[in-house]
Amino acid sequence: MGELSATWYLLLSAAVFSIGAVGLLVRRNPLIMFMCVELMLNAVNLAFVGMAFGLNDIGGQVAVFFVMVVAAAEVVVGLAIVVAIMRRREGTTADDLSVLRG
Amino acid sequence: MTDLVYFVPLLPLLGFATLLVVGSRLGEPAAGWLATLAIGGSFLAAVGTWIGLVNRDEDDRVVEKIVFEWVPAGRFSVDVGFLVDPLSVAMILFVTGLGTLIHLYSIGYMHGDENYAKYFVYLNLFAFSMLMLVLGNNLLITFLGWEGVGLCSYFLISFWFTDEKNASAGKKAFVTNRVGDWGFMVAMFLTFATIGSISYVDIAGTAGQLSTKVATGIALLLFIGAMGKSAQFPLYLWLPDAMAGPTPVSALIHAATMVTAGVYLLTRVNAVLYEASGWATNLIAWVGVGTALFAATIAVAQNDIKKVLAYSTVSQLGYMILAVGVGAYVAAIFHMITHAFFKALLFLGSGSVIHGMDNDQDMRRYGGLKAFMPITAATFIVAWLAIAGVPPFAGFWSKDEILLSAWDTGGLNGRLLWLVGLITALLTAFYMSRQVFMTFFGRYRYADPDEDEVTAAWSGLVGASTESLELATTTVAAATAEVEAADSPEEKAAASVNLDNAIAAESEARSRVETAREAQRTRPIPESGEPNDAGVAVDFLPETVLARAEHHPHESPWQMTMPLVVLAGFSVVAGLLNLPFTKGLHFLEQWLEPALAHEHVITTGAATKWLLALIAIAAGAVGIAVAFRTYIQRRLDADKFERPVLAQAWYYDRTVSDFMGGPGRRLFDAITWFDANVIDGAVNAAGSAASRGGNFVRRAQSGFVRSYALGMSLGSVALLVWFVLRISS
Repeated sequence: MGELSATWYLLLSAAVFSIGAVGLLVRRNPLIMFMCVELMLNAVNLAFVGMAFGLNDIGGQVAVFFVMVVAAAEVVVGLAIVVAIMRRREGTTADDLSVLRG
Repeated sequence: MTDLVYFVPLLPLLGFATLLVVGSRLGEPAAGWLATLAIGGSFLAAVGTWIGLVNRDEDDRVVEKIVFEWVPAGRFSVDVGFLVDPLSVAMILFVTGLGTLIHLYSIGYMHGDENYAKYFVYLNLFAFSMLMLVLGNNLLITFLGWEGVGLCSYFLISFWFTDEKNASAGKKAFVTNRVGDWGFMVAMFLTFATIGSISYVDIAGTAGQLSTKVATGIALLLFIGAMGKSAQFPLYLWLPDAMAGPTPVSALIHAATMVTAGVYLLTRVNAVLYEASGWATNLIAWVGVGTALFAATIAVAQNDIKKVLAYSTVSQLGYMILAVGVGAYVAAIFHMITHAFFKALLFLGSGSVIHGMDNDQDMRRYGGLKAFMPITAATFIVAWLAIAGVPPFAGFWSKDEILLSAWDTGGLNGRLLWLVGLITALLTAFYMSRQVFMTFFGRYRYADPDEDEVTAAWSGLVGASTESLELATTTVAAATAEVEAADSPEEKAAASVNLDNAIAAESEARSRVETAREAQRTRPIPESGEPNDAGVAVDFLPETVLARAEHHPHESPWQMTMPLVVLAGFSVVAGLLNLPFTKGLHFLEQWLEPALAHEHVITTGAATKWLLALIAIAAGAVGIAVAFRTYIQRRLDADKFERPVLAQAWYYDRTVSDFMGGPGRRLFDAITWFDANVIDGAVNAAGSAASRGGNFVRRAQSGFVRSYALGMSLGSVALLVWFVLRISS
């Protein structure tokens, strides 16, 4: 098994994605949750790159660029929101922010 | 020249708008003159339009003038436009002409009314609506005018609305007309659904392709509309009550113009009537002639001068509907025009009488008025001769035309229609003669006491003598006491003399009471036509009698008599429009020909025509003669004709009211309940179901971001599992 097949990349991607997902569900700090989302996004990126490598198709790597751009934009907006909330209510957890409940 | 048609409705509309804004500032009589000027200008424009149409080629006398496209909606399109053709021009000529005269008359009649300007606002609005009704080039514009005249009719019937009676008469007219309007509307829908257009030109052009069933349906529905507006049985109920309005309004709206709208409408769609089943048009004819007879019998027993004319109008409208039913549209329009002249004249004449008699409308108190109101009397007599069918006055020619057309439909049916029409003519002559004789001839009766007033006088006399007897009795008692209390013989003697005098006075008073009672019991019942005599009780008559004795009837001012004279002129000569003798004299028929494709053609021979005319003249003469013997010579007892059942209009009105107030009311209550609970219930249930469902689903929105994330995760996993299972299977 000296050769590095796409399968390994996918397994790693699945592992990172699961860590991100579970982290999102179990942590209450908005900043940590935010980082978990980033983990999940990058796991998907890894899967894209791995598949591009396995299938020898450049399309997967192109998709990654798009994901990275969107993720960067998302970080800007998301972090801004998190910072704004933290300024107002120090030490807030995600569960405290439930004013939009029906 | 036909472009002048735009000014015909425009001028009354401008008059209405101006008066609405500045009317009350203009006041009396400027507001009245402005309104008269507006409708007068409209009349001139109508004459111009007529000349324009005359100058056109005979085959080219149907002109459509589109103002703008009003409702463009897919296949459905309605224009605001005018149809200028011989029929509509004939209508606008007499509507504006008559309207001008009645506006002028109103200036005098409404003198001193506190809502003087408002009256003319309504009157101009009415003129505008009526002109839209007859000029509209499609059913919808006509319907707009139809509703407009109905609204103005309501306003003007309840013009003196502070009296509860007038206000409810207006409501009655409005509500009754709704029934007819329903027919009109459904007919309009049906026309669009089958023909695909509601313009008159299209209807006339494509009516031939309608199936008989549809044509019958449209014809009958429009007839229901006509029943309401033209006051036919069973919807005539509102017209007699409509007399609560000012008399010029009765003349203009409820005799000459608005009530003929139904006849006009049926004439306008003669192509549809032609395609309808025979039984439908026959039904129209029978409803018309039945109403004519029914209303004529009621008119015989009315004592209110305007009620007689109201029932007479219902009856004459019945004639026109009869003419429409037998396909004699020219005769219908002819009678509409002549009737407009003489019936407006009758109403205006009665208005002049009422004006001169202190607003008393009871004909039993009139009599001998020709000496006081010579112009009113002379013109009224002309109108009477016209409506009674005396040649050569206008009414004779048009009524005879209708009777002839009825006869000419042939068979037993035609003969029966003719016979009922003839009996109605006889009754018409009778009740109109009765009215004229009671009002203008005989003894002046206004100062005569009523039956009730005489009774009151007698009880007054008996009461007064009883009172003086009581006084005498107390005097006796006082004198007796004085005798007993006397001390000396001289005083006693003097007191005894007093006592004797008092006793004598008491017995005298007692005998006076007995005489009064006896006289009250045996007072003479006057011969028919003789005045009630109060006899020795004359000093006890109520003050109203004295007030009436003080009253002096007077002729009306020139604004009122001038229209009377003009209308009297028309009532004499309007027959010239369509003399029956030769084809060349059928001016109206030739004129209307382009608009009436399906006119019934008379086939009866000349000899029969003459015979029928002579019989009609004889019927009129009999009616007048019987009335003369009854009301002038007093050889016949008037009570024989004035039956209570007739005075109560065959109890039809009361039956309808009782039904509507009783079972009808409960039915409507039930419908209201159904609407409030079932219909509204279903709507409300749909609303509250959505609301409750939303409340339930709302709980899922907890506001916890992580539970949303969990949901998304589980959902994704579920989707994934589903895909994988699908691929592997």
